[in-house]
Amino acid sequence: MKRLQISDHVILLLGVFFMVTPVVLAFLTSTHDALTVYKEGIQFTPGGKFFETYEKVLFEAGGFTKEVDGFVMLKNSMILGFGFAIGKIVISMLAAYAIVYFRFPFATLCFWVIFATLLLPLEVRILPSYEIVQKLGMVNTYSGLIVPLIASATGTFFFRQFFMSVPDELLEAARIDGAGPWKFFKDILVPLSQTMIAAIFIIMFVYGWNQYLWPTLITTDESLFTLVRGIKQILQVWVGAQIPAFNEAMALAILAIVPPVLIVVVFQSWFVKGLVESDK
Amino acid sequence: MKKVYFQSPWLPYLLLLPQLSIVAIFFLWPAAEAVESSFYLEDPFGFGSTFVGLDNFTDTVTSSDYGRVARFTAVFTCSVTFLSLGLALLLAVKADKVLRGASSYKTLLMWVYAVAPPVAGLIGVLLFDQHVGPMVDFFAMFGWQMQIGVNYFDTSFAMITTAVWKQIPVNFIFFLSGLQSVSKSVQEAASIDCRSGFRRFWTVTFPLLAPTGFFLLIINITYAFFDTFGIIDVIVKNEPGNNPVTLVYKVYLDGFRGNDLGGSSAQSVILMAMVFILTIIQFRLIERRVHYT
Repeated sequence: MKRLQISDHVILLLGVFFMVTPVVLAFLTSTHDALTVYKEGIQFTPGGKFFETYEKVLFEAGGFTKEVDGFVMLKNSMILGFGFAIGKIVISMLAAYAIVYFRFPFATLCFWVIFATLLLPLEVRILPSYEIVQKLGMVNTYSGLIVPLIASATGTFFFRQFFMSVPDELLEAARIDGAGPWKFFKDILVPLSQTMIAAIFIIMFVYGWNQYLWPTLITTDESLFTLVRGIKQILQVWVGAQIPAFNEAMALAILAIVPPVLIVVVFQSWFVKGLVESDK
Repeated sequence: MKKVYFQSPWLPYLLLLPQLSIVAIFFLWPAAEAVESSFYLEDPFGFGSTFVGLDNFTDTVTSSDYGRVARFTAVFTCSVTFLSLGLALLLAVKADKVLRGASSYKTLLMWVYAVAPPVAGLIGVLLFDQHVGPMVDFFAMFGWQMQIGVNYFDTSFAMITTAVWKQIPVNFIFFLSGLQSVSKSVQEAASIDCRSGFRRFWTVTFPLLAPTGFFLLIINITYAFFDTFGIIDVIVKNEPGNNPVTLVYKVYLDGFRGNDLGGSSAQSVILMAMVFILTIIQFRLIERRVHYT
């Protein structure tokens, strides 16, 4: 029994080593200066250039146009993450409320139109989607970046499942007390869904923050770049230079990793609940 | 739909309006255009287009390039799916078993979920870099001279490793929650009947995990198809010429770089059909899960 436990721990530690090491090495490398990394390779020990590197990538303009710095990209990532998560939650809660708590003509049709979006991810209809956003003049705007991503019905599906599990007696009681549709939604359903909202918020924030293909197409103006969108540029400009600035590239990668990871780790139980429940 | 409900002639439509308009503009319209333009040969300079029937499809499917990409996609999808599922299952079983440090292991094994695929790709590029990458040094000790971006096999290896690394956490989370829902009494009964832990796992725990496993299989195939776009894009940099790419990446390449709108749309439509089938399977699984739990 004792020996079994040890072998379990060894396997788990190997797993942890495999998962953690790449990011740790990226961080350690970012604390050295460019020349050291270029000469000696990826670093395995902490260096003394932590503040210099991060100050440089955050506040010194770089990229092709020399107009955008890490701080602007961080801000854009935040806008995309929050905008996407909040927009998605609001829109999908309203839609799910209508579908679950009302009877009206064409209800089934609306339901199927919305859930058809689950069938086709953005990647397979990327070219026509781009053309339409271009026709609408939404290229290089925040709304062009965020709104088309909301089209998928994952959130609506999730809230529908949850609303279905809310007992009918609540609505009966509320109606006896004279509550209308809006009051019931605002004072009963939303407070009941709090944990669910938090869980879905975390998942959607991470999803929005990590978007790559869509921002790559929609934002060509560097002042709208998110950190994840900027990765390709980082690779070309920083790593493709005469003396490649691997340390700065890694610092930007760390900046792109830290916020979503923090949210997932801090709100771990909500996140796990949301992930496991929503994908059911 | 509930037994108790509100009745209002206009309110439900008002509530549905934002969602429906977004779906109509950014989903139905582009999907229809993709299907439509897959039947046309579009002039690259924008001077009209001609109806060519199924030519785009036959051209696409018969081209040798498409066959090569499709083969790589199949190999890539299988490797990523089985490696990440297998490793995650092993780790989940162990994490479910240990008494000490279970929650630390859990956190350490799942946080990579939040790392964006292209960022994972960037870290992969550096770890496998010709000059600075420790992985290259490591494999050189075994006499394997890796040349990422030059050698087809080596590049595929780096891609698969990165994609597996990124996908393990999701599988781990699902397997662990599946394992934790296996009832204690079943486990105890099994441990009385059978002493071998290995056999107990295969005959009792594994079948109970099968629904989760099936569901994850679909999720992983979808991941390997679509979500790995960022990893591939960063690893092949701007030289997709001789490098391995997947079908989804080819849609993007032909459409945005090659200006072959008809061909790209035809590929989209083929992919749509594949995703459609996968999703139907997924929905059927969901139905079954809801039924029996």
